[in-house]
Amino acid sequence: MTQMTFARAINSGLRKSLENDPKVILMGEDIGTLGGVFRVTDGLQKDFGKHRVVDTPLAESGILGTAVGLAYRGYRPVVEIQFDGFIYPAFDQIVSQVAKMHYRTQGAVKMPITIRVPFGGGIGSPEHHSESPEAYFTHTSGLRVVSVSNPQDAHTMIQQAIASDDPVLYFEPKRRYHDKGEVDESLDLAAALSMEKARVVTEGTDVTLVAYGPLVKTARDAALAAADEGVSIEVIDLRSLAPLDFATLEASVRKTGRLVITHEASQSGGLGAEVAASITERCFYHLEAAPVRVTGFDVPYPYSKLEMHHLPGLDRILDGVDRALGRPNSLSGLEG
Amino acid sequence: MAVVSRVTIIRGNGARVAVARRDHESRGQGQTTSEGCGQTVFTDDAGKGGIAAGGPGNSAESNRRSGGDLVQLITPGGERVSHPEFDSWVQDVSDEQLASLYEDMVAIRRIDAEATALQRQGELALWPPLLGQEASQIGSARALRDDDFVFPSYRDNGVAYVRGVQPADIVKAWRGNALAGWDPYTVNVATQQIIIGAQSLHATGYAMGIQNDGADSVAVAYFGDGATSEGDVNEAMVFAASFQAPVVFFCQNNHWAISEPVMLQSHIQIADRASGFGIPSMRVDGNDVLAVMAATRIAIDRARRGGGPTFIEAVTYRMGPHTTADDPTRYRDANELEDWAAKDPIARLKTLLDRKGLLTAELETAVAAKADAVAKELRSGTINMPEPEPLDIFKHVYSTPNSSLERQQDHYTRYLASFGDPAEAASEEGAR
Repeated sequence: MTQMTFARAINSGLRKSLENDPKVILMGEDIGTLGGVFRVTDGLQKDFGKHRVVDTPLAESGILGTAVGLAYRGYRPVVEIQFDGFIYPAFDQIVSQVAKMHYRTQGAVKMPITIRVPFGGGIGSPEHHSESPEAYFTHTSGLRVVSVSNPQDAHTMIQQAIASDDPVLYFEPKRRYHDKGEVDESLDLAAALSMEKARVVTEGTDVTLVAYGPLVKTARDAALAAADEGVSIEVIDLRSLAPLDFATLEASVRKTGRLVITHEASQSGGLGAEVAASITERCFYHLEAAPVRVTGFDVPYPYSKLEMHHLPGLDRILDGVDRALGRPNSLSGLEG
Repeated sequence: MAVVSRVTIIRGNGARVAVARRDHESRGQGQTTSEGCGQTVFTDDAGKGGIAAGGPGNSAESNRRSGGDLVQLITPGGERVSHPEFDSWVQDVSDEQLASLYEDMVAIRRIDAEATALQRQGELALWPPLLGQEASQIGSARALRDDDFVFPSYRDNGVAYVRGVQPADIVKAWRGNALAGWDPYTVNVATQQIIIGAQSLHATGYAMGIQNDGADSVAVAYFGDGATSEGDVNEAMVFAASFQAPVVFFCQNNHWAISEPVMLQSHIQIADRASGFGIPSMRVDGNDVLAVMAATRIAIDRARRGGGPTFIEAVTYRMGPHTTADDPTRYRDANELEDWAAKDPIARLKTLLDRKGLLTAELETAVAAKADAVAKELRSGTINMPEPEPLDIFKHVYSTPNSSLERQQDHYTRYLASFGDPAEAASEEGAR
C-alpha cells in the first residue's frame, strides 16, 4: 500500500499499462512534455518516448479519429480530452465511429480505445471546464462508461479500461485529483472488482443513496452526518455508468425501500432518471416512497460564483434523503 | 503582377509536390500567365461570383476552375499523350495490363448497372452509382499493394472490387442485410464510410500505426469534393502533416455533393487546399486511368519512402444520381452531362486500345464474358443472400457480455416466443 493522490494513482495505472502492453499508446493535448494540464501523464513521455505518449494537434475529432485508425491497426489508444467541455468536437467520432465499429463490422474490428475525461465542477473554472457530459455517452450503445471516486479505483480501473476490448469513457473527477488515498499497486487486475460492478461503500438500512465520481465523497459525508441523527444511509458508488450494475442496486433497494440518486449533471435525461426508472420497474413493490433525484439544475453550467448552488452538496443531499424518508424537508407541504 | 504574387502565396509552399510543379513549369514554357497559374481561382476573384455558386454554369469546368496543370496521359479522344514526369510511372504498364484495366472498368460499370437494376426491382434498398468514376477508382486501387490499407467512402465500390470484395458483399449493406459487407482484414479495406470525411482521420491514424510499426505499407483515404469542407478532412491533413504519416488522400472531385456544386465547397481548386497544410498535391484527369495510376504511384512511393502524405484530386464526374433515391434533373443541366459523356473514362481507354491494335474480338469477348459473369454473380448472390435472424440485432454491440443488453435480449426472446410456433401461427392464419 502506498499513499498517493488521485492523479498519481491514474499516472501509476497508465504507466503499468504502457509497460505491460507495447500496443498501448497515449494521445492528447499537452500530455507529453507538460505531463497534462493536471499532470496526470507526468513523466510518461520521458520514460516511454514520443511515439507512445503523443502530443497531438489541438483537434479533438482528430484525436479520436486517428485513435480509431490506430485501433484498426491493432493499437490500444488511451486518449485524454483535456476538459469535459472540450469533448464535443469529438462527439461524432465517438458516437458514430468508436461506439459503432464493432457492431458495424460484426465483431471483426475492435475499438479498445480508452477516453479519459477530467469532468465535473467545484474548482472555480471558466465556462466549458466544469461539465458532466456522461449521459450523452451512457445513451450511446457500444460504449462503456465508468467514473472513479477514489485513488485505488482510479489506479485499477484505468488499467481495466485499457485492457477492455470495448471502448471505455473514463470520467475522472477533477476536483478530487489532489485527494490522497491508499493504493495497492500490486493488486491483480483479474482479482480486483470488475469495472462493471457497483460497490456498497457505506452499509445502511433506511435509504439507498446512489452516487458516482466526485459526489461519492459527499455522499459518504452525508451518511456520516445522517448517522448522527439516527438515519442509516447505504451509499452505493456506481463506478460503471454503462452498463449499470442493477444487481447491486436492486439488492440495496429491496433492503431499504428508499432510493436517492445524486449527480452533478443536469437532471433531465440524466443517470438519475435511468436509475430511478429502472429501479421502479424492477423493485416497485419494495419501494416505500418515490425515488428522489438530487442533481445539478437544468441550466448550462453556471459561472463559478454560483456553482456551489448548482452542485449537490451535503445539505441538499440530506434534504433529498429526508424527502425519501417522509421527514420534514424543504418541500414539505408542497403538492406533487 | 499582383495576381502572380498571390499564386506564390497560395501555391508556393516549399513542400508542394515537385512533380506537379515541374510539370507545370515545363509545360508552362511559352505560355502566358493567364494560361498557366493565372487560371487558379483566387480568393478575391472567386468572391465576386460567390453567390452564383448554385448555378449549373459554375459547377463544371468553367474557365476559372480548370487549372493549367491537370495531368492527362490519355485524351478524351483516346490518344496517348506523353508527359515528361508522369510517363515514367506507368511505363511498365504492358498491353496486357492495359487490357486488364479496361476489363476491371467494364466489370465495375456492369456491377454498378446491375446494382441499380436490382434496386429498381426492389432487391436493394438503395444504391450509390459510381458511373463515370471508374478510371479514378480502378486506376488508383490498382496502384496499391495488398498490405496497403484502404479507407473508402460509400461510393468507392470500384475500389472494393479491385481489392477482391465479392460482388454480393459489395451490395450486402445496400440490401439491408448488414451494416457492412465484408471483414476489413480479409481485403485490407475498411468498411465503407457514410459519415462524410470521417474515414480520412481513420486512414491517418492507421498510417501513424504503420509508422510506429516501422512498416512500409501505406493507408489511403478515399473521399469526395464535398468532404473537403468537413472538419475531419482538414484535421486529418493537420495530423498527417504533423506526423508525416504515410497516408494518401485520394479525392474524387465528381463535381457534385448530392445537389451542391463543387464551387460551393471551395473557391480554390480542391487540390490547392492541401498546400495550406504543407501537403504536396496533384490534380489529375480522373477519367484517365493511366494518369490516375501514375499519380497514385507517385504518392504511394513517397509515403513508402517516409516522405509523408500526398493529396490527389482526381477530376471526374458523377454521371448518375447521388443515389437511386436522388433526382439530379432538379439541380443540374443536361448539357453538363453531355459534356462529360464525351470524356467517358471507358470509351477513351477503349479507343486507345483500338489505336494500339489491342481491341481484338478475343479481348472484347473476354471482357464481355467477365462482365456477364460478375453481373450474374451479383444477382444470384443478392437474391440468395441469407436473411438475418431477429436476435442478430443484439450481436456484437460489445465484445464481451453486457448485462443490460442480455436482459433486453431475454425479454425480446420471450416476446417472440409468445407468438408460439411461427409456422403453426401462419397455418392457422391460412385456415381462417
